Amino acid sequence: MLRLEQVSKVYRKRGEEIAALQTTNLEIADGDFVAIIGPSGSGKTTLLSTLGGMLAPTTGKMWIDDQSVYDLPVADRARLRQEKIGFVFQTFNLVPYLTARENVSIPMYLAGMTPAAQRERATELLESVGLAERMEHKPSELSTGQQQRVALARTLANNPDLILADEPTGNLDPASRQMVLSYFEKFNQTGKTIVMVTHDIAAARTAKRMLNLSEGVLEGIPHEPVLKSA
Amino acid sequence: MTFTSIIWKELRERPTAMITSVLSILLGVTALVAIRNVSVFSEQEVAGKLDTLGANVLVLPKGVTLQDYYAADMHEETIPEQHVAELALAGLTGVEGLSPKLCVPIKLQEKSATLTGILPQADLQTMAAWQGGRLFKKHVGCKAKINVANAQDDAPEALARRRTIQELHDHEAVIGADIAGTLGLNTGDAVDMLGETFTVIATLEPTGTIDDTRVFAHLHTVQRLAGAGEVVNVIEVMGCCEDVANGLVDQLGTMLPDTRIVTIANVVETQVSINRMMTRLSYLFLAILIAVGGASMASAMYANVMERRREIGTLMALGATRRFVTRLFLVKAGLLGLAGGLGGYLLGSGLALVLGPNFAGVAVQPIPSLALIAAGTAVLVSFAASYFPARRAAGLDPCLCFQEV
Repeated sequence: MLRLEQVSKVYRKRGEEIAALQTTNLEIADGDFVAIIGPSGSGKTTLLSTLGGMLAPTTGKMWIDDQSVYDLPVADRARLRQEKIGFVFQTFNLVPYLTARENVSIPMYLAGMTPAAQRERATELLESVGLAERMEHKPSELSTGQQQRVALARTLANNPDLILADEPTGNLDPASRQMVLSYFEKFNQTGKTIVMVTHDIAAARTAKRMLNLSEGVLEGIPHEPVLKSA
Repeated sequence: MTFTSIIWKELRERPTAMITSVLSILLGVTALVAIRNVSVFSEQEVAGKLDTLGANVLVLPKGVTLQDYYAADMHEETIPEQHVAELALAGLTGVEGLSPKLCVPIKLQEKSATLTGILPQADLQTMAAWQGGRLFKKHVGCKAKINVANAQDDAPEALARRRTIQELHDHEAVIGADIAGTLGLNTGDAVDMLGETFTVIATLEPTGTIDDTRVFAHLHTVQRLAGAGEVVNVIEVMGCCEDVANGLVDQLGTMLPDTRIVTIANVVETQVSINRMMTRLSYLFLAILIAVGGASMASAMYANVMERRREIGTLMALGATRRFVTRLFLVKAGLLGLAGGLGGYLLGSGLALVLGPNFAGVAVQPIPSLALIAAGTAVLVSFAASYFPARRAAGLDPCLCFQEV
């Protein structure tokens, strides 16, 4: 269970206050798939950073299960991310000098897994996203679709309960976009909670819930999810 | 995936800036090691000279200047041989021997050599006996090792080490190691010099000095053959200890006012001051290493942090702690410092092997302990220079992972 309780975020710049996120209450149940849409500058990244335990809110509390995330020390929050949260980025954020397998191994290495176990799990994950032949390739040697699949495999490395996705289809061609959405649907079916921030209304429609973020205010949009795998 | 594999792969990905910073450290360490290496061996040589020759005093013609103790007689100016008798009969305290020398360049079997006339100690003792006196007074309380030949240890082979010989007859010669080796001369061989035939009574061990290229014969024979008259180029006075040598300088100066009295300390003065300068220079290079190497490393590390902001943000999003990020940069800096330090040690030691004999006149060898100092200094400089960049990296906002940077 992910819960925002009276959370707001205000940036102060040159004496001026900008409310990136108005006071917000939000509950996301385990196994939910939420899409957050909104125009640029509406506070989507601020919300995602806050949900990821990386940006302390100005007011309010954020809970993951029974743990108030921002009451934890910084190092414990890092460990919480290792264990419970997986990230998907618009530009994949693969480490350029590491191979696909090594990129997938990063979260496992940070969690203290042995090199042999990392290797085995990374191989298994890359095979599951259809990249068995590309394990020793660096990101620059992969297509954008393949890079995003490596990033998806990395997201699942530590088997997180929560996946936070920032514009995951923003840089992809239609085929790759559809493939990523299918994977999200599959992940969600295995019980993972997904929060996806996107400009892509069609992609957002694949989620179970849609929220609109406009000028820091979050509100629900009623809709019926469109199953990509259907 | 391991910690070191991340560092190595990143280094291989972006080598240029790091190579520059390693080079600046490497060059600083190279200069530091080379200078320190040469100066250590130069100091050892000075100490060795002072140890073996510290009690000796040279009596030279007034106008002679001297850089090399062993070449004290290699000049054309002379002083009367009469001074030898004056010294022998003056009853000087603590003097263990006198060695007058006269040098004549000769060709020996078509090779250039130096024929050096020396006076055996037996002749001095005879001279003193004829005069009814006793040769020199004992230095009461002196515990120093006696430096000259005596009845128990008077083999001619001891000449190179003891600087005097007990017995040497008119047509006998002692051959320096290089000449003996080059011409294939052995004890018992006959050699022709200045129109007369000499019997080789000993060949000397190598000394690494100009003595290796000398042929020693009796002083009076050399004087006669060279037509030089009763003169010598130098009189070497062997004191029993440095205290005596220092006291002798004044006594000899008063006795022989037309001569120049030089101690081994005077001879090595220039080398000592060069050593002092080299030691200061090594400190200067240490300062340069710290300043230039450190600045270069800090600059490269800051640039590296800026370049990797997004990667660091991503690592943090994936669960990397600040401590991990700090360690990532500091260990990298340590490895670069180690590479610069060890590389600098190897280059510096190689440079010292060339510079030592060619510029400072001393044979040098690599000093293993300098590797530890070089590596330690370089690693410390790298750590210090990278500390703030590493802290800056650890303080980056993980939200950078969502931004285009």
